[in-house]
Amino acid sequence: MIRDSWRIVRLGLKSLMLHKLRSSLTTAGILFGVASVIAMLAVGEGAKREALERFRDMGVSNLIARSKKPAETQSSSSQSAWKALAYGLLYEEANLIEASIPQADVVRIREIKRPMMRGEYFHTSIIVGTEANFLEITNMEIKEGRWISKTDNDRLTNVCVLGATLARLLFPLENPMDQTVLISGNDRYRVVGILREQGRTAGAGSTPYDECLFVPIKTSRRRFGDEVTTRSGGSFSRERVELNEVKVKMPSSDDVPDGARILRDLLDSKHKAQSDVVVTVPLELLRQEEDSKRMFNIVLAVIASISLLVGGIGIMNVMLATVTERTREIGIRRALGAKKRHIIQQFLVEAGVLSALGGVVGVVIGIGLPAMITYWFDQTTHILLQHVLLAFSISAGVGISFGIYPAWRAANMDPVEALRHE
Amino acid sequence: MSEPSLSGDDIIAEFVDVHRHYEMGDNVVRALNGVSMQVARGDYLTIMGRSGSGKSTMLNLLGCLDRPTSGEYRVGGRNVSKLNDDDLSNVRGTEIGFIFQSFNLIPQLTVLENLEVPLFYQGRVGPESRKKAEYLADRVGLGQRLEHRPLELSGGQQQRVAIARALMNDPLFLLADEATGNLDSNTEAEILNLFDDLRAKDNITIVMVTHNPTVAERADRTLWLKDGEVERLVENDRKAIGAGGEA
Repeated sequence: MIRDSWRIVRLGLKSLMLHKLRSSLTTAGILFGVASVIAMLAVGEGAKREALERFRDMGVSNLIARSKKPAETQSSSSQSAWKALAYGLLYEEANLIEASIPQADVVRIREIKRPMMRGEYFHTSIIVGTEANFLEITNMEIKEGRWISKTDNDRLTNVCVLGATLARLLFPLENPMDQTVLISGNDRYRVVGILREQGRTAGAGSTPYDECLFVPIKTSRRRFGDEVTTRSGGSFSRERVELNEVKVKMPSSDDVPDGARILRDLLDSKHKAQSDVVVTVPLELLRQEEDSKRMFNIVLAVIASISLLVGGIGIMNVMLATVTERTREIGIRRALGAKKRHIIQQFLVEAGVLSALGGVVGVVIGIGLPAMITYWFDQTTHILLQHVLLAFSISAGVGISFGIYPAWRAANMDPVEALRHE
Repeated sequence: MSEPSLSGDDIIAEFVDVHRHYEMGDNVVRALNGVSMQVARGDYLTIMGRSGSGKSTMLNLLGCLDRPTSGEYRVGGRNVSKLNDDDLSNVRGTEIGFIFQSFNLIPQLTVLENLEVPLFYQGRVGPESRKKAEYLADRVGLGQRLEHRPLELSGGQQQRVAIARALMNDPLFLLADEATGNLDSNTEAEILNLFDDLRAKDNITIVMVTHNPTVAERADRTLWLKDGEVERLVENDRKAIGAGGEA
């Protein structure tokens, strides 16, 4: 059985060798189809992974509610400078969220901009007041020392953890551990830990976490309060913000839709009118991104399939020519006892071999192509084994399906006529 | 060596009132119009006639490439007139050895592969088929040319390959269509001698369609066709030449 199949394949190869140029041109049609399918799928997959990476940083099981300064309205601009503009998330809302989504892990975040000093080194950056579970929820890691503990918060201790960049800026020459940082010129904080380099930003478009200084949130509230006064061009503006951000980590991404609904219900009633709180659900963004990518991928796949289709038509064309040319051979084989199915088999295998050859070379080129795309166009690509197999089997399938009609025609020739054919 | 005889049980191919009509538009062409004949084991029969006499039609029917419109065609005692395509293919593949005027070897295959084609369709290709091919190649005087391509051989050699191929499936009879029509007279003689030799030594039955009287005379009997009917059946004076005529 296997020997016979091999014999048929070998015969197919031999027959294709009768017309080397024609066979290779036909093969090229399939080759480009397969290569482009693989390359396009690799580009699509690369883009998908890139998006996934981006949202994984935000945490796919996280929900993020962030305070936003409301757009200036007439009433707010005419507001007295002496009265603070109050907006954003409140502590009691954070507590409510914690109570309403009991399975979730909630972390409160307060961000305040302050100058920091260590000896002669000086830097103005964000002081992030937060809690013990921040690290786990944001998926960040400590490089040295420890993170802020619950005890730190309960006791309002003056400890801080430095972002990697900030640690280098304030302590270029010495180990920051157990040293003190002076904030706003009068407040001393002991460094208890240093974060590993994160390379990503805290909120939307704000200072990178690497440049931030982290303190217990209760300490932050006690020292800096909720109101912030900023001076710009001789005029004051005062803002009152309790929390800049609340991150809610759901047990798994499956729980995200429910959590998101509850969170929005809670916040909408108070904040919808003023739109001073923005809820971001990374999973939803990811899904949106995937949706738009999917459409993009479908278009790519259709284009690639068209090239495979064209290749298939090429195969059909060549097989029809082959069948006509070899009419006499068909007659001989029929006279020597070949049944119709033997003839069908022979020409189908030939068409299959033709496209499989194109498929193999196409796979090789298709694997090389994404690397070039990455190199020249700086587009992330990723080749999946199943995509390669898919492209290859499509090519074999194309060859066989476009070989059916010519093979059928060959098999249904009248043996007498076929033998008489010159 | 059995004398050709019509009376024995050894009838291996038989036409009983065979008609083959073709419809050409409104006309019916009666290519064969009630032909009856018999071929016995060991027979050497030639079929002669002008063009249009029904020779080709008869050849196609004898070779199971076509079915009669009416009447019976028996091969080895079995009526094959009503068989379907697959069964007819089987009869061709097991009972009949075709030899063509233009040799009809498959050009992209080697001699050995050409010889194995009939057995391939019976699912019988293997070491034994190779042995048999070697034996038959030797038998027809080809010697060691199994790995050659047909186009590397002379016409006479190609026809020897074709004869060996026709013998690969141990057919009931060889069916030759102008087997020497494309050969020069020397080669023709060689091939006809080979036929005689095959008959003499291996009791091979031969049915040959030809329009060449000198070729026809080499056979025991000649069946003359005219207008789709048997005109006469002639016992040729010349009996089979004994062994040794093979070149």
